[in-house]
Amino acid sequence: MGKTLLGNVLAGVAGSAMLLAVYMVFIYVPTDSAQGIVQRVFYFHVPIAIMTFVAFGVVAVASAMFLWRGTRAWDRLAHSSGEVGMVFCTLVLVTGPIWAKPIWGTWWTWDARLTTTLILWLIYAGYLMMRNVTASGEQGARYAAILGIVGVIDIPIINRSVYWWRTIHPAVLVTREGGSGLSDPRMQATLGVCFAAFFLLFLWLLFVRNENARLQDALEDIRQRVLARG
Amino acid sequence: MLAILRKDLLLELRTKETLTSLLLLGLLTLLILSFAFEPGSEVRVEAAPGALWVAVVFAGVLGLSRSFLAERENECLQGLLLCPLDRGSIYLAKTLANFVFMAAAQIVVLPVFIFFFNLTLTSGFLGVIVTILLGLFGFSTVGTLFAAIAVRTRAREVMLPLLMIPLVVPLFIGGVTVTHKLLVGKGVSEVAPWLNLMLGFDVIFLVVGWLVFEYAVEE
Repeated sequence: MGKTLLGNVLAGVAGSAMLLAVYMVFIYVPTDSAQGIVQRVFYFHVPIAIMTFVAFGVVAVASAMFLWRGTRAWDRLAHSSGEVGMVFCTLVLVTGPIWAKPIWGTWWTWDARLTTTLILWLIYAGYLMMRNVTASGEQGARYAAILGIVGVIDIPIINRSVYWWRTIHPAVLVTREGGSGLSDPRMQATLGVCFAAFFLLFLWLLFVRNENARLQDALEDIRQRVLARG
Repeated sequence: MLAILRKDLLLELRTKETLTSLLLLGLLTLLILSFAFEPGSEVRVEAAPGALWVAVVFAGVLGLSRSFLAERENECLQGLLLCPLDRGSIYLAKTLANFVFMAAAQIVVLPVFIFFFNLTLTSGFLGVIVTILLGLFGFSTVGTLFAAIAVRTRAREVMLPLLMIPLVVPLFIGGVTVTHKLLVGKGVSEVAPWLNLMLGFDVIFLVVGWLVFEYAVEE
């Protein structure tokens, strides 16, 4: 009963926050004078990007706990966070170029942030694929956990190396203005609401996915017991 | 650990399977990349460091796959696991062995690279060799761990590259940048940060691999 209630509460809160966020992004907040209408993508893009990395952090911690303790609940959490994180990562890589093309004049640059996110996407892909290509679920869980841990250690190193790589080619570098133009308090408020909305969305999706996994495991257990009884 | 290392090296000396794979794949990659650039053009000279490292990465990934596949076919790994031996030691031995094989392959690949891309041998070349060794060691640390995993999956041809290539990006970027700088005559001090990065990578992932390998080979 507790789980259903929690699920419903999360859904309600996340849904309301998202509705508010959508309203604020499309109606409330004024259009940016320098960048125009496209700038509104930024209010989605940045929170989604943050959640991508948070999701991977959850994957890493849950993976380490799973290898250390061996309880299936940690693996389920890692797997769920991996799936939700993959969705967010894909969204980042899609919304980014949509914003970049009108503003920078190019779909893609090889700066540290974009490149690291792209590589993170590939690591997520490997992480999820791992479970499908192994003979047993147990093995798949372990191998995926190893990748999660190695991945999280590598991401900062990758970021550093790409950053250095780009700073030796200053002619090609595009200066990134990020959110420096957020002078208007309405813009700040909108960004804040969007952060909250996507964080809640992440929590809700994670919860639902995790519950799904838990119920699947429970079902599998029951099936095994019935079969054993013959 | 030394015994396993000796066994791997002896085995290789007799069959030369992994070594030939690494060698041929490296040369083939260099060949194909040579066709990608006009002979004599500036682009070719600029692209040379990249070409070398692409050859190193692809040969390494495919060669590592092979070495573990052979183990699996002969159930050697099961035999090794039966020994009362620390899993970490097995990992260290295999990593060293793979490193030695990849380095040995480079003894042939590197001169061919110099011929194909028409490079003049400068003093910087010693630095290039050191960088290659650093890079190969890093590939070996990550590669040995993930080859052991990938070889037990169904899609092993795609799993190892999919896992390895994103993870060794720092080594690749570092290797290409340092090779390029050294070949145009820049000093060691300019490439020192990169070498530190690569060395750091090697050490970190050697330790991580050593800690985590037992989970990779558990039945």
